[in-house]
Amino acid sequence: MDDRVILRVGTKILSPFILLFALYVQFHGDFGPGGGFQAGVIFAAAFVLHALVFGLGNAVKVMPPKVAYVCGAGGVALYLAVGYLSMFRGGEFLNYSYLFGVYGYEHDPTHGQHIGIIGIELGVLITVFGVMVALFYAFAGRRRIDP
Amino acid sequence: MAMMPQIVDVVLLILLAVTGIAVIRIRNLFAAVMLTGIYSLVSAGLFVVMDAVDVAFTEAAVGAGISTVLLLGTLALVGYKEAEPQHTPILPLFVVLVTGGILVYGTAEIPPFGGVDNPAHQHVARHYIEDSESEVGHIPNVVTSVLGSYRGYDTMGETAVIFAAMVGVLLLLSRGPLPKRVFHDGRWYTVKPGTTRDEMIAQLGAQEAPDPTMGDPGPDKESGPTQEDAHG
Repeated sequence: MDDRVILRVGTKILSPFILLFALYVQFHGDFGPGGGFQAGVIFAAAFVLHALVFGLGNAVKVMPPKVAYVCGAGGVALYLAVGYLSMFRGGEFLNYSYLFGVYGYEHDPTHGQHIGIIGIELGVLITVFGVMVALFYAFAGRRRIDP
Repeated sequence: MAMMPQIVDVVLLILLAVTGIAVIRIRNLFAAVMLTGIYSLVSAGLFVVMDAVDVAFTEAAVGAGISTVLLLGTLALVGYKEAEPQHTPILPLFVVLVTGGILVYGTAEIPPFGGVDNPAHQHVARHYIEDSESEVGHIPNVVTSVLGSYRGYDTMGETAVIFAAMVGVLLLLSRGPLPKRVFHDGRWYTVKPGTTRDEMIAQLGAQEAPDPTMGDPGPDKESGPTQEDAHG
């Protein structure tokens, strides 16, 4: 921990750019390669890098495991919420064209589609991010024990 | 320059084969894990050559990134040396050769790569490419339209599977409270209900010898294994 100055400074410089790149991948998914899954993994990679360099104890202070668990479940809940919302607005389950109601569908169905895809991609991002961080914590937090 | 894609293909496939053989041959599991990461990265390169950029992105991020780190975390728990095999590899080699032969035989009737008349391009692909702009809106990356809207159920299921994976791993690996009777190091111990595994180890820690395969993690037990990973 003491003599690895390059690693520590490098991590501090890189982390915000990794997070920003993850958001770019997320919101640029409509135009180029990318989407919620890849963005979630890259977002989690920033926290994994932090944990590798600064130790698990410091990483848990930045990103408590409970937050990761809540993210893992919350993303799926957000995905389902978008699906049910479009159902209650008059369409089928996950038919985002009806996300703004029947009148929104008659006005411009692609508007609802656009917002719906952003919503479910956000759900995928949150779930993948939470699950990846939780998996890393689960593996790294154990120490060896005889059966 | 017309041969350029073929040259890239051949170079990448040779690299893939060399990496695969090296993973089989090597006995140091740390090196094997690093080589599997390289294998994933070369596969991602192959996917780029085949114009499957989204798949390549996922392969590079998950295969070469996160799973390498998770495998290293596992190695910190189980040690870096692979045991010498007790049996001759003739039967596994036979199974692998037969299965590989069947797979190669199966590729004989696969339609040519990227052919316009392929069955995959006859069903819904044409509809996605021609009508997604009017149905889903102006999303130039049709992959996003297909994954997000046309196959929303699929993606919802995938997200739920990832969540289920987290639940499963946490059930197996998380350090929750232990039952009252615990088998550890060859004998049974009685612990108070609510005692975590770490607390139990701390109570037993005095008589526990340091593990020679792993090295002494030092006083900071929480971050010991992960810091060793960063060292390489």
